[in-house]
Amino acid sequence: MTTLTIGNRLDDKDAAEQSKYNRYNGITSGHRACQGCGEALAARCVVDVAHRVTGGNIAVVNATGCLEVFSCVYPENSWRIPWLHSLFGNAAAVATGVASAFVISGKKDMRVIAQGGDGSTSDIGLGCLSGMFDRNDDVLYVCYDNQAYMNTGVQRSSATPILARTATTLPVRGYMGNAAGTGKNVPQIAMAHEIPYVATASICNIRDLEEKISKAILLKGSRYVHVHVPCPLGWGYPPSETVRIARMAVECGLFPLFEAENGVVVGSTPIDNPKPVEEYLRAQRRFAHLFGKNAPPEIIETIQQIASRNLEKYRLSGEFSHE
Amino acid sequence: MLHQLEGSQAIAKAVALCRPGMVCAYPITPQTHIVEHLGELIHAEELWNCDYVNVESEMAAISVTIGSQAAGVRSYTATSSQGLLYMQEGVYNASGLELPMVMTLGNRAIGSPINIWNDHSDAMSVRDAGWIMLFPETNQEAADLHIQAFKIAETLQCPVMVCVDGFVLTHAYERVDIPSPEMVDDFLPHYEPRFCLDAANPLAIGTMVPPEYFMEVRYLAHKKQLGALKIIEQVGKDFYKKFDRHSGGLIRTYKTEEAKTIIVAMGSVLGTIKDTVDELNAQGEKYGVVSVVSYRPFPAEALRAALAHAQHVVVVEKALAVGTGGILFQELELPLKNIVRKISSIIAGLGGRAITKSMLKYALKQDEREIFLGLDQNVVAEKIQLVKSCCCK
Repeated sequence: MTTLTIGNRLDDKDAAEQSKYNRYNGITSGHRACQGCGEALAARCVVDVAHRVTGGNIAVVNATGCLEVFSCVYPENSWRIPWLHSLFGNAAAVATGVASAFVISGKKDMRVIAQGGDGSTSDIGLGCLSGMFDRNDDVLYVCYDNQAYMNTGVQRSSATPILARTATTLPVRGYMGNAAGTGKNVPQIAMAHEIPYVATASICNIRDLEEKISKAILLKGSRYVHVHVPCPLGWGYPPSETVRIARMAVECGLFPLFEAENGVVVGSTPIDNPKPVEEYLRAQRRFAHLFGKNAPPEIIETIQQIASRNLEKYRLSGEFSHE
Repeated sequence: MLHQLEGSQAIAKAVALCRPGMVCAYPITPQTHIVEHLGELIHAEELWNCDYVNVESEMAAISVTIGSQAAGVRSYTATSSQGLLYMQEGVYNASGLELPMVMTLGNRAIGSPINIWNDHSDAMSVRDAGWIMLFPETNQEAADLHIQAFKIAETLQCPVMVCVDGFVLTHAYERVDIPSPEMVDDFLPHYEPRFCLDAANPLAIGTMVPPEYFMEVRYLAHKKQLGALKIIEQVGKDFYKKFDRHSGGLIRTYKTEEAKTIIVAMGSVLGTIKDTVDELNAQGEKYGVVSVVSYRPFPAEALRAALAHAQHVVVVEKALAVGTGGILFQELELPLKNIVRKISSIIAGLGGRAITKSMLKYALKQDEREIFLGLDQNVVAEKIQLVKSCCCK
């Protein structure tokens, strides 16, 4: 039985695509992402592994947002794949058109990825995304979720976690940040459409992300992968901590890693010893007010309960484990 | 071959003859019959190798079309009124990305108040969006202009909107000559995209353009529109050579040689105007008519040439820029400055209000700079009174 120790990564079969000397580098260096950008890291993993698995037969449709803005300011361009940016709220529909055109023009091997941030996915583009799911169009949609509108200066999106501080949910006396009981769970919305494949992933687990993308890119019909990508600027932590912050979110249960097929959860990544959410929250300035002298003591418990519910809901204690 | 067809069917048949690979639209009156018929043609395999996508909004309709056109497939969509407003961000996007798609706009008023009937407010809302905008006068011309539209779009790498009067054309039955597939294939060759999403030749389409280059991009779009004047005229001539029928071009004149007063208009109202002019001229008057077929690009020079000898130019239009007046009227004022002594504006047919010969005859006798044709002053006064007496308590 193999174990995933460092040594095995020398074995090409088990190595992450990103660890390979000949990875495609679908997004070349020199782009304008912030230091420690989780989205840049995730997008490169997605594009490189999809490029490998499809033999280079991919095209990407990008929504407006950080990823689009930092990667292609004319005359510079980081993308080494066919890439199209149309608008903020229409990436899913544009991708539908692209996928259809490849079929009509006989390019049957071409696979299409649509990608965007949480704003273009959960808010302005949700109508187009739901339409794409409804028709089961042959597109893999990847959402890079950094939980707010980072490109415009950290405003609240419907993916912003409760009690988080953003520029439009600034905590003031009597108001503790983003209201509780709000927000959308897009992976669950995707599952409600009973599309062939839905998964969540995190940049703290690149092999898992790559595995899910490798699987999803070859499936037919609508597929949705939601990737948790911490943002040093918006969340308030040092750029060197991005991967650690992502791991803390997963290990406390706030960002469960799971897969669903045709609307049913079929597997999740178990957490051996769930960490308290406090550790994750304390590491970020967007939650600093929760630990100030005006904060109600029970407030952390509210968030802890969300994590605990996730542990149960996605059976993160290990029943799904395939091993 | 001659058919007795509803305008929408004639347009659908003409579009199908152009062999698009994508038809994508969202239902809105009065455009629906066109795409319903196209769907029928696709499902009956009279139009093959073409996808029909049922979308959830106009925003999705134009977006799917943008995607398929960018991936190298000839693409078509249709909408009206509120639908055009809802997809407006995509309308600008398509021209900015230089995607040669074709759209039918079934012209309809814009609400509020909600109104499903014909006027040109919707088209006017995108007059600066960088699309070529053509206004057919009859169902025959509506069908013909769609065939020309694909040719113009692909020659110029610029989207084309064919603005067809809702109901008056889309729902009216007329005799229409639908050309043979062979002739259309000959006129409009197989679509070869100049650029598209291609794994063998990766290209980034739609990048952000900073201030250092944006001015140039807009300037080039302007030059392209101006250059389109020649192309539109040429395609009209080529169409005549191939199909032996005058359709399209920039403008058309009717009895203008001897005319003292020339009426300028766009779309289906020209039929009524020409009838009116015939009757007036039979009584010894000297009226002429100029049809604006290409509204964008605006054929200022051609119009100046056609109108220079007139003593009076009257612009009849189915749109109103609230706060300034007639839109086509204002656009004509500048080119005709110091050339035509008198130019006046008739705002007519808003929200589907009937435009009759007698109304036109009456209005043409008035010596006023701006007339609202058939405006009922009693209703206006009543409404003013009503608003005055309104109170939320």
